[in-house]
Formats: sequence, structure tokens, C-alpha cells
Amino acid sequence: MHYLDHAATTDLRPEAAEEWLRVARTSGNASSTHGAGQRARRILEESRERLAAVLGCDPIEVVLTSGGTESVNLGVQGLWRSRLEGRDAILLPDGEHHATLDTVTALAAEGARVIPVALDGVGRIPVGSFGAALASEGAAMATALMANNEVGTVNDAAALAASAAEAGVPLHLDAVAAFGHLPLSFAALRADAPAGAGLVALSVAGHKIGAPTGTGALVVARTARLAPLLHGGGQQRGLRSGTQDVAGAAAFALAAELAVAERATESSRLGVLRDRLAAGIRERVPSAELLGDPDPSGRLPGNVHLLFPGAPSESLLFLLDAAGISASAGSACQAGVAEPSHVVRALGRSVAEARSVIRFTLGRTSSDADVDAVLAVIGDAYQRASGAASSGS
Amino acid sequence: MVGPRPAARSYTGSMRVLAAMSGGVDSAVAAARAVEAGHDVVGVHLALSRAGGTLRTGSRGCCTIEDAMDARRAADLLGIPFYVWDFSERFREDVIEDFVSEYRAGRTPNPCLRCNEKIKFAALLERAIELGFDAVCTGHYATLVDGEDGLELHRASDAAKDQSYVLGVLTAEQLAHTYFPLGSTPSKALVRAEAAERGLSVAQKPDSHDICFIPDGDTRGWLAEKVGAEQGEILDRDGAVVGTHDGAHAFTVGQRRGLRLGVPAPDGKPRFVLEVRPVSNTVVVGPKEALAIAEISGERRSWAGAAPSLDEFACEVQIRAHADPVPARAFVSAEGVRVVPDAPLDGVAPGQSAVLYVGTRVLGQFTIDRTVSAVPVGA
Repeated sequence: MHYLDHAATTDLRPEAAEEWLRVARTSGNASSTHGAGQRARRILEESRERLAAVLGCDPIEVVLTSGGTESVNLGVQGLWRSRLEGRDAILLPDGEHHATLDTVTALAAEGARVIPVALDGVGRIPVGSFGAALASEGAAMATALMANNEVGTVNDAAALAASAAEAGVPLHLDAVAAFGHLPLSFAALRADAPAGAGLVALSVAGHKIGAPTGTGALVVARTARLAPLLHGGGQQRGLRSGTQDVAGAAAFALAAELAVAERATESSRLGVLRDRLAAGIRERVPSAELLGDPDPSGRLPGNVHLLFPGAPSESLLFLLDAAGISASAGSACQAGVAEPSHVVRALGRSVAEARSVIRFTLGRTSSDADVDAVLAVIGDAYQRASGAASSGS
Repeated sequence: MVGPRPAARSYTGSMRVLAAMSGGVDSAVAAARAVEAGHDVVGVHLALSRAGGTLRTGSRGCCTIEDAMDARRAADLLGIPFYVWDFSERFREDVIEDFVSEYRAGRTPNPCLRCNEKIKFAALLERAIELGFDAVCTGHYATLVDGEDGLELHRASDAAKDQSYVLGVLTAEQLAHTYFPLGSTPSKALVRAEAAERGLSVAQKPDSHDICFIPDGDTRGWLAEKVGAEQGEILDRDGAVVGTHDGAHAFTVGQRRGLRLGVPAPDGKPRFVLEVRPVSNTVVVGPKEALAIAEISGERRSWAGAAPSLDEFACEVQIRAHADPVPARAFVSAEGVRVVPDAPLDGVAPGQSAVLYVGTRVLGQFTIDRTVSAVPVGA
């Protein structure tokens, strides 16, 4: 089995699994005032402090959630619901993750005006047009991916945050795909932005870095105006009510520390594998085209996203799966149908092209053997999937 | 009618089989039998509608998330790989748009037959072959028989469930890559019992019927929306105006209700739709006797196996999925097929497929272009 879909989810780190179970075996609700509650609370707050250290923010700014989707919803909806009077627009770049896209669509149904920002040909948000859109009348908030989860293109988060600060508009940054793979400091990105403007919220998810699925966080700046989605016991600054998941927090904190500690060496290791995989595929399938930024420094270290002209993703994925290789066509909908990727469409590609892409993503457990496995079958798979193998029969 | 039944084809050895799984009980049991027979089986659910609902409502609707889930759970139980493939674009073009344009042209299409012809045994089968499969397996009730002149398509053992009519469009090439594990089952009840025994959760799922892409079953309303309403005249067989209507597409040959005729028939008897003329947006009505059809013909034909060796032969003709077959003579020429039934046919509309049988065997089919009334005008 060769797993090349680490962007979908990656293996649970053994240390995180152990920590998760160890803490889960202890009893106590972190909101209780008795001894058991106090012991749980201590583990929870220590975990929050460790996460804050990794994320470059204050512990009070870490709001633990159930994962990326909840973090993004809280960030986007929360900022929208506490917008300044007279401002009615959301700045939405093309090619955002569905968690953002569909949340903004839902807000648009409630009256939000959407200001789209087109991506450039490699899938990057142009800082110039982002800034220009921020300056337009009535911008209530903006959102942006730190790195695109499908094509792996890295945005200039610092420049986007700076232009939001300058325009006096609050920005939510979706760092789910970037966290653990790129240097990340909330304080550095926030810089000296005025209260309630610039980078004010940042989403991360646990299962993308080897923590359990069901863990995540939204970093919320102290000065941000943000309305909660969940109401109840008023936990976590009243921004996220609900009994807190102490074991999840402990496992998430440990996985985050490990991911950040090994980030530099792991990034260069994955970068080498990525480049060998991309070059090897293009050698075997000359018509395959690398989408996203061809410059290795502009894309996520483990991401190889390719267009295979004339070969439906469904067929390629089937053939790869039959050869024991797990890859993806991007994000999948609930019925399990591979939708034509809106990200690939946002690169200016056709629907047919958007249905002919494969994303290989490498991670902690990836090795040369995984790359070799893909290279061994990709030529034949492309021949078959594109109908070339059976044409004339 | 049914003579001695030839033995169904046995698939020995191990084939690579792609099992089309709708989420219903038939395709689940078909896939289970394919697995049990020792074949290398992969399950696939076709997403045919992008706007499919979330949940089933009774026997209606298709491609719901629940159907895809049912298919997936059946595949899980069988221990086979499972994928959902999106054929919604092809389905929209080849089945839904064809359905609308046929109605627009005053014809009565059968979308299930079109789906078999264009999607399941064409687009899906082509992809299956490309990907290295030997056959597509479905839960259709029909049998394949190795005959003297090659592969033959026959009716299912269970006459009540027989689906050979909607498979009449398959060609020899398509049949060669087709596998119907349910065809020899004596009854649908046994298939349900088998599903329950195998622990398949769909054992008691209601049968689907109606047209899958018209979720509420209101075909007329759905068509009115697609084709649009436009007032036109209702004529009698002599061309006299006897009423008006809101769109010819809403009428089908043999229909009696909903005519709301202003002028009564001279003999006071009820009148029926005899013909729909979409170009002039007129509907022709007349007495019940005039519905009797003495001859049908059409150009678009296909043979389910070897083509008939004679230009003229005795057969049985069936013009709807659940109509009784009628003894007839068929005449085959370069222009197409003409069929003269021994007794007049009722309720024939252009656009329907006429499937020709000899005993249990399906010879082939043609799309009806022209009909000749058994009762001439003025008679």
C-alpha cells in the first residue's frame, strides 16, 4: 500500500496516539472546580500554551475546535456577524477550500456581498488585486488560504495580512494546508496591525499534522471582534462553548510540537521526493502538466498536482488504487463523486481539464518506495485511462 | 408462448467484472453472485444526477446520497472495492435531453432503454474495457445464451420481472461484455430472500419505478416546464377543430382523459388521442377502434446478436416494457424494419421501441417511426 494522499489526512503520530489515550484515561471535566476538574484543566491549559508557542500567539488566543471546517466557519461567520456597521462585503479569493466557499455562499444568502479576487495562472492570490479589493467600498472582512490545499501554491500571507491591516479590514487566514509545512507565526503575520484589523483569525487542523481527527484550533487575536457559533457554557472566552476535549488538546499540542520541530528537515526531504515524483511522471507521460507554481519554493513541499490531458481522474484513480496507490483528484463531495475541481477552474482551465487532474501529496511516512510505485504504473495507467490503450480495438 | 428454454450461459473461470450498483437489491445480489462465482469484482455506482436529492422518498428518485450509500454498504459487505463515477453529463445529454427532444418531436421515448443503450452498456462499458475489465454486471432480469450463431439474449425466467425489452437495444458486441447473474432466478421474491440471507441491508428496499430523473413522478408537469406550454388545436380525423389544448407534448397516443373537448362526437362515444403533431402543435382524436394499429415500421434498428438471415420471418413483437407480445411477420430491408402483427396493436406511439422475439429470444429492436391504422379514415 502506497499512501500519497497526506493532504486528505496523514498518519496519526505514534507519540500523539499514546498521549491521546493516556490523557483520555484520566477523568475530569476541565470546567469543574474539584480536584479531578483541576487536574484536567491543568493538562488542557498546558496544551493550549504549547500550541500557542508553536503558533506564535498568546494562549488566550487559541480557541480549540473540532477541526478545520469548524475553525473556518467560526472565523468567517464570526467576523461577518460582528462586522462594523455600514460594511456589507466579504473579500473572497477564487479557489478557496469548500469550508470557506460554502460558508461565504451561506452568508451571501443572508445578504453578504461577495467581492471575488481572481487567482493568477499558478493559483496564487495576487497581492495587488487583493489590496485593491480591500480598498473598495464596504469591505467588512477578508479571507484567504495561506497555501492552496489542492494545487499547493503558497500565498504571500505576510503581504496579504499587511494590506488588510493597511485597509483596516479584518482578515481570516486558512492555514489548514500550510500548518506544519511552512514557517508560521501568528504574531509575526499580525505585525503591528491596528486593533480589529489585519490578521485577526487563523485556522489550523490537527489531523493534517498527525494529531487525531476531531482536533483543531482557531487563533483569535485578543482585539478581534468575533461572534461565536456555539452558545452554552461560555468556555474559551465565550467563543466556543462546550466541554473541552482535554485528551485531544494534549495530542494536538504534542503533534504540533513534533511537526514544527522537524519541519525544516522534513520539508527538504519531501521536496526532493516531490521533485523526483513530478519529473518522473512527466518523463513517462510527457503530456502531463504540473499545475500550481513550478518554482519549488512557491509550493507546498509534499504537493505534486498534475493535469493528465484526456484521462478522466476517475479512471486514473481507479487504476492507481488497483495498484495499491492512494491519491486524489482534489476535494470530494459527500456522495463520493469527484467534482470538477473549482481550484483548477480558477486557474483558467476547462471543465474537461478540471476532471483530468491527480493530486499526489507526500508526508511524514512517505519514502522513495512510494515514488517508485507511482512511476512503475503511471505510464500504463495514463494509456488506459485516456483510451489510448484500447483505441482501434 | 414459452418453448423449451435454452440453458443460460455459464461464466466459467475468473473474469474481471465491473458491477454497476444502483443501491437497489437486484444489483447488490447480482454483484454478490458474481463474487461468489469466483470473479474479480469491483463495484461502481453511477452518479447520474448532479442535483440528486439527499434521501429517497418511497420508490422514487435516483442517485440520492442514500442510494450511493446503500450501494457502498453492499460493496463493503461483499468485500469488493467500490467507486462512484460521475456520468451525469452523459446522462443529461443522452437520456434527459433525448427524452425532451423526443417529446418535442411528438414521439414517446423510453428513457430506461436509452440509458441502457447509451450509458450502462456504452459509456460505462467502454470505460470498463479501457480499464481492463472483461464484463459489466448488472441486476437486470434477462439471460444470455450461447447459441449456434453466437451469443443470444433471452427473456428472464421470471416473466413478471423480465427486463429483456429495455435491453433489446444491445448489440452482439455489447452482449459479449455483459453479465446478468439474476436472469435465471425464478422470482424476485427469491432475490429478496437471498439478499436478506446474505445480510444485505437493501433486502426490503422498495423497487424503483417511474422515470428516475422526474423525482415526483409528474411526467406531464415536468415536460410542460421543459417544453413550455403553447395553445393549439385538437382535430378529429376529418380535420375539424373539436377543441384546444395547452401544448401537444402533454398528450400521448391512446390517452382519453384531460381532452376537455368542446364539440361532442357525432356518435356520442368517448374519443382518444390518435396522433400528436408537434410541428403544427395539434392533437388528433378519434374513436377507440381507430387506435388499432395494423402495421409499424422504423429505420433505427439493432440486432441483439446475429442479424436475422431472412428478409421476412415470423416473430412476436412487443411495443412496451410490460405489453404482451403479439405474433407478427417482420420484413427487413435496407430502409429498416416493417412489422405486420397478426392482430392489431393498441396504444402504439412513434418513438417507442418495438422489440422482436422468437420464443424467449430477443432478435433485436427498432424505433417506431410510422404506424398504419387498422381503421381507415371514414370507415
